[in-house]
Amino acid sequence: MDPVISVRDLWKVFGPNAPRVAASDELKALSRQELMDRTGAVAAVRGVDFDVAPGEMFVVMGLSGSGKSTLVRCLTRLVEPTAGTIMFEGENILEADAKRLRDLRRNKFSMVFQHFGLLPHRTVADNVGYGLEIRGVPRVKRGERSQEVIDLVGLAGYEKSYPDQLSGGMQQRVGLARALAGDPDVLFFDEPFSALDPLIRRDMQSEVIRLHREVGKTMVFITHDLSEALKLGDRILIMRDGKVVQVGTGDELVGAPADDYVRDFVKDVPRSNVLTLKWIMRPPRPDDDLDGPELAPETVVREAVRSVLGADKPVKVVRDGELLGVVANEEILGVVAGEA
Amino acid sequence: MAAVTAVTAAPQQPPRLFRHRKSLIFGGIVLAWLVLWVVLRDTWTLSLGAADLTPLHRWINDVNDAVGASRNSNPVFLYFFNEIRLVIDEFVTFVQALIAQPSFGRPVPVIGWLGVVAIAGFVSLAVAGWRIALLAVAGFVFLGLQGLWQESMDTLSLTLAAVVISLLVGIPLGIWAGLSDRANRVLTPVLDFMQTMPTFVYLAPLTLFFLIGPASATIATLIYAAPPAIRITAHAIRSVPRTTVEASESLGATRNQTLVKVLLPSARKTIVLGVNQTIMAALAMVTIAALIDAPGLGKTVVKALQTLDVGTAFNAGLAIVVLAIVLDRVTTAAASERRTLPRWALFGGAGVTAVCVYLSYTYLWAAEFQSDVEIGSSINKGATAVTEWAQDSLPVLTGGFKDFVTFALINPLQVLLAESPWFLVALVITVLSFMIGGVRSAIVSAVCVALLIATGLWQDSMITLASTLVATVLVMALGIVVGVWMGRSRRADRVIRPVLDAAQVMPAFVYLVPFLALFSASRFTAIIAAVVFAAPVAIKIIADGIRAVSPATVEASTALGSSSWQTIVKVQLPMARGALTLAANQGLIYVLSMVVVGGLVGAGALGYDVVAGFSQGQLYGKGLAAGLAIVVLGVMLDRLTQAAAKRWTN
Repeated sequence: MDPVISVRDLWKVFGPNAPRVAASDELKALSRQELMDRTGAVAAVRGVDFDVAPGEMFVVMGLSGSGKSTLVRCLTRLVEPTAGTIMFEGENILEADAKRLRDLRRNKFSMVFQHFGLLPHRTVADNVGYGLEIRGVPRVKRGERSQEVIDLVGLAGYEKSYPDQLSGGMQQRVGLARALAGDPDVLFFDEPFSALDPLIRRDMQSEVIRLHREVGKTMVFITHDLSEALKLGDRILIMRDGKVVQVGTGDELVGAPADDYVRDFVKDVPRSNVLTLKWIMRPPRPDDDLDGPELAPETVVREAVRSVLGADKPVKVVRDGELLGVVANEEILGVVAGEA
Repeated sequence: MAAVTAVTAAPQQPPRLFRHRKSLIFGGIVLAWLVLWVVLRDTWTLSLGAADLTPLHRWINDVNDAVGASRNSNPVFLYFFNEIRLVIDEFVTFVQALIAQPSFGRPVPVIGWLGVVAIAGFVSLAVAGWRIALLAVAGFVFLGLQGLWQESMDTLSLTLAAVVISLLVGIPLGIWAGLSDRANRVLTPVLDFMQTMPTFVYLAPLTLFFLIGPASATIATLIYAAPPAIRITAHAIRSVPRTTVEASESLGATRNQTLVKVLLPSARKTIVLGVNQTIMAALAMVTIAALIDAPGLGKTVVKALQTLDVGTAFNAGLAIVVLAIVLDRVTTAAASERRTLPRWALFGGAGVTAVCVYLSYTYLWAAEFQSDVEIGSSINKGATAVTEWAQDSLPVLTGGFKDFVTFALINPLQVLLAESPWFLVALVITVLSFMIGGVRSAIVSAVCVALLIATGLWQDSMITLASTLVATVLVMALGIVVGVWMGRSRRADRVIRPVLDAAQVMPAFVYLVPFLALFSASRFTAIIAAVVFAAPVAIKIIADGIRAVSPATVEASTALGSSSWQTIVKVQLPMARGALTLAANQGLIYVLSMVVVGGLVGAGALGYDVVAGFSQGQLYGKGLAAGLAIVVLGVMLDRLTQAAAKRWTN
């Protein structure tokens, strides 16, 4: 399947001489600090490549200052990238003129913000309908559509409230509804739940998972919280100092960290929740009984614990009838005990 | 060369030693000054008699005459200044015709008092609620009862006209400065300059181009009242959260859509606050513009002050206060919250207002304010009686205080500044500037001193400088005492702050009246009026500075066993020194801007020169030069306090 978004060698440099930096291979090779010292410019995003598949939940994770917020803003050109290409449904966004860009923003993608960005002088319903209003949708139709998404995000009954009368979680639901109202192809989330309490955050994460399942949109989700990334992401991109460190599924990051940075990051992750059998299976030994139960390599370790420990023979890991390896008690216990 | 190196190297020395040495040097300079003053007293003082002119003054007079003669032939005037004057004149006359002056062949204005009161009440009801509406109605009726209806309406017309033009110019400029960094960079220094200039200084040059009268008054008011509108609008636009704007952009809004649907509605409250500031500034300036023949309450006050008729001045001053309170309350309430009036109240109110306006258009009783209970003359008599009583029976109190300040503070400083040879004072000022702010400050001060000499008003400038410094010292003393009290006690803050807020919206003029009553016309009266005018700003800045000191630090100091006094002197004041220097800076500017007004009540010197220049043709040039000297003094003091602030807070 063709990717919806395809980013190649994307650069964003702030400060004086930004284009000069992006054009010079020598300067691009410098570290952030060296570049700062030499030119006074700050490279927020440095040569980033990735693809997002249709319907995928793609998470970009990094600590503060890693450039992740700048990256997502570059994708919609809220921040103008310095160099590179961003293909969106086969069209290079960087070449779009102001009008085309506006059209894309109105119809193709929308964004949910960390601090909500609601309009304090408008009711919930008017906030949700704002995107439709600026593209000139008539009032009645706007009302109907707003009501639909308000119901979808569970805000029914609050249509007439003003943002400052709602809790943080509710306000972010308004932000979510506003982004959904225009029926975009792609939703961008910029750390949408970082400002919320932990319990509310968990609710909202489930809400996003539910919405993702129901509306099936492509989503790009920015976060600094690894557990959030692992919970939501089909695939996760880890950023550090403006560069991509690793892209992969959650179990790939935990099972095969690309470097010490990622390893350190995923150290405290409860591995049995993330790792799948394919990461812990071993080749069958001659003395193994190979007539035990079968499981798929994508089975998460936690879900396999019962069957592996319950069986008196090693469990076979099988895909399409082919034996990939076996998992016995010591492999399972190795993962579970390693967490303690 | 060696000496220069030594001096510039000084700051690198250990700070304690340096500071110690600095005060020694300072003492040495003052001592040398005193000795030289005794020796050279009253020589080379560059004094100039009240009616004497310098060539510069005569030249300005000539320019004035030449401009006057060519006013109707020179194309710049014909097609530019005269056009502006005509348009503004037309506009002001139109507003006056509506509510203040007999017009359109009628013996009375179009809308009589009943109509104006009804409109005031209805507008207040719609934007500020019924309490404020009641206040507005009561206030306007009170103006009528004072016997000052027409004067009040003249002042109101001029104020409204100036406000409308200020907002027409100011809000778009403010939006522009809010949206564009470049525009903001260009506008900010211009606004700074407009606002640090003492208010009346531009009255004189304006009369040169626009003659005296309502048009000049309106333009002067415009210059004074537009900056807050521009500044606050720009600030309001800039303080809309970045995310909100981004959210709008991310949904594909055009620039205009974001402006109209996001920025302006979000900034609305703050912009209304700017409107409030503009109205208050306009009212203050319109009353002062009486000096260049603007009609209204200000004129009544000026005339009364010139004849020392305290009763009349008090009555008219009270009317200005009432007008100020009503305008301030209505606009403040409008900014505070969104209010939706029930439909019936809106329509009912509109109906009643329409009927009242019609009545006041048709019937004389509703047009001209006539009342059997005329309280103006009672206020007048009462104020006069109180004045006479105060001057007769409290001479020990008032006279004692006055004599103390005059002989202990004003006279010594004035004698030292004004009766030393000019080169001595100039040298002292330059050296002190160098000690305060280094080479740059010294150069600025030297240039300012040279300009003062060039205006031909050196001695007058020194007298004014003495008064200004004394007044500023008093302002700071008052500011520190009250400000620390307010900063440390929430209750004191709650009680005092509203009084200060109210005091700040009053036009400068009003302050002169009660002090004129107590102390009669003298330098001292002007100084005290300036102190009272400037104190609220200084007090508020210092109180906020004290409050901003981290509570944790204060707590730590208390935990170590500091007494309250030790906490104030060793912790709170040193940590609030940024606020202290800002207060001194603002205090100086405010005091200086009161100097001209003080000229009306015996302050003499530059203030008197300016006032005399307005009223007597042959002194026009001298007045203009005096205005220039005030600006130069202002720039010099402003730069010096800022340099001191920089050095002290780092």
